[in-house]
Amino acid sequence: MTDVIVVGAGPAGAAAALMAARDGLEVVLLERGPFPGSKNAYGGVVYGRVLDDVLPRWWEEVPVQRWVTRRSTMVLTDTQALTVDFRTTAWGEAPYNGCTTFRADFDGWLAGKAVEAGAHLVVNTVATGLIVEGNRVVGVRTDRQDGDLRAPLVIAADGVNSFLAKEAGLLPRTQAKHLTLGVKEVLSLPREVIDERFGVRGDEGVDVELLGCTRGIPGGGFVYTNRDSLSVGVVVSLEHLAASKVRPEELIADLKAHPAIAPWVEGAELKEYTAHLIPEGGYDHLTPLSTAGMLVTGDAAGLCLAAGLWLEGVNFAIGSGLAAGRTARRIIETGDAKPYRAALKDSFVLKDHKRLRGAPRLVLSERVQQRYPGLVADLVEGLFTVGNPTAKPGALRLLRGAAKNNGVKLRHLVADGLAGGRVFK
Amino acid sequence: MSGYDDIAFDDRMQTVEFRVAERAHIVVDSDVCRSCTTKACVSACPANLFAPTSDGGILFNYEQCFECGTCYQVCNAEGALTWTYPDGGHGVVFRHG
Repeated sequence: MTDVIVVGAGPAGAAAALMAARDGLEVVLLERGPFPGSKNAYGGVVYGRVLDDVLPRWWEEVPVQRWVTRRSTMVLTDTQALTVDFRTTAWGEAPYNGCTTFRADFDGWLAGKAVEAGAHLVVNTVATGLIVEGNRVVGVRTDRQDGDLRAPLVIAADGVNSFLAKEAGLLPRTQAKHLTLGVKEVLSLPREVIDERFGVRGDEGVDVELLGCTRGIPGGGFVYTNRDSLSVGVVVSLEHLAASKVRPEELIADLKAHPAIAPWVEGAELKEYTAHLIPEGGYDHLTPLSTAGMLVTGDAAGLCLAAGLWLEGVNFAIGSGLAAGRTARRIIETGDAKPYRAALKDSFVLKDHKRLRGAPRLVLSERVQQRYPGLVADLVEGLFTVGNPTAKPGALRLLRGAAKNNGVKLRHLVADGLAGGRVFK
Repeated sequence: MSGYDDIAFDDRMQTVEFRVAERAHIVVDSDVCRSCTTKACVSACPANLFAPTSDGGILFNYEQCFECGTCYQVCNAEGALTWTYPDGGHGVVFRHG
């Protein structure tokens, strides 16, 4: 007898299966790829502290590429770059902050923990649909022969395209408005070359987030260091990308040719090209988290935090999966999904999303995307260009000029400053 | 800005492993595409799998698909695209995703 069917062995599904299995439930964990992580791609960094209570000293065994000890935010125009760069030794020692890793490694590792706890991982198997009786989900159909599986609880961890949530009527078939497309290149470089170019040593790594490098298409870019490769990519609004007719790989090519980025990637060879959709609608566009007999977790639920300063997803997938697994027994006993929703509400998963609910709109707004990068770059260029024999202009005059050159009115600056204050308070 | 890709597209796709299934998991109804004015799938698909044909239709190749969902999300012609996952164990296999 199966108690819980978890669909998808990504971080959400693996976390759910782990906790449900630890609770003594019979768990089947379905994965459509040949191994967990084989269908997954991400832009970045795994923040693992969510695992502290669940897998003590996880950092000693997680398949890490590098520990992020340096976090940069870079604002670009075609010819300029302004970077805010922070580094701390604290992030390079236990319990760490974030790491770079490949999903084939990380997802496999976490799914392995679920298997150790007693969950049955079944790979190469697609959940093709729901089995519904009355108004209740009672199982899933799979593409295996005689592949119907029944259980009192299904946990949908089937990712951004969640066909299970769609079939249950929880998620619209299409919603390009709330999705971004991430495309990424992993570029080989010798380890010591990366250490030298990025000013790091040993296991230390760098996370660079980029704004203003996507030809005006709302979104951003990233550069991450792996052990002996770089991950370079862009994440752009799907709706606007489609309207622009720009091909996604051209945006990466632009990025790699930028004068601030080109020296980092010089001589690097393409190891793999990947693409994935990301749900970035935020709190106001989350998928309903449950229906009778089914819980929705991770990307399927829209639980990606794309809030400008914070770009997180794997930790939210894990957080929601843990909550689903922890509450599974009670939900099976009572038939009511309330404990799952309550657990999410009490955790960072919904608290962070709720707090930052206004961020996606602000961050992807026309001025933030297309005008402010040029404004701040022009302002700084003005500040540091020594125009002798002319005396230095005042900062306010420079600001006025930079605003004017970039089509920004001072009242916009004030309004957006206030809006930013409200969103990020 | 270059405006051009720095590596031939075929070479780019050669870096990705595909375990091609016999069944096409995406089917395009080219008759429906003929009436589409945007053909957004052509430029947006990161694997560049959609090609416009001279008679206004769409030629599609499922074999090197990332299974990302971009095409059906940007498609504005109802019924033009039938999109499912490839059969279990098939399709794209990312190693460095």
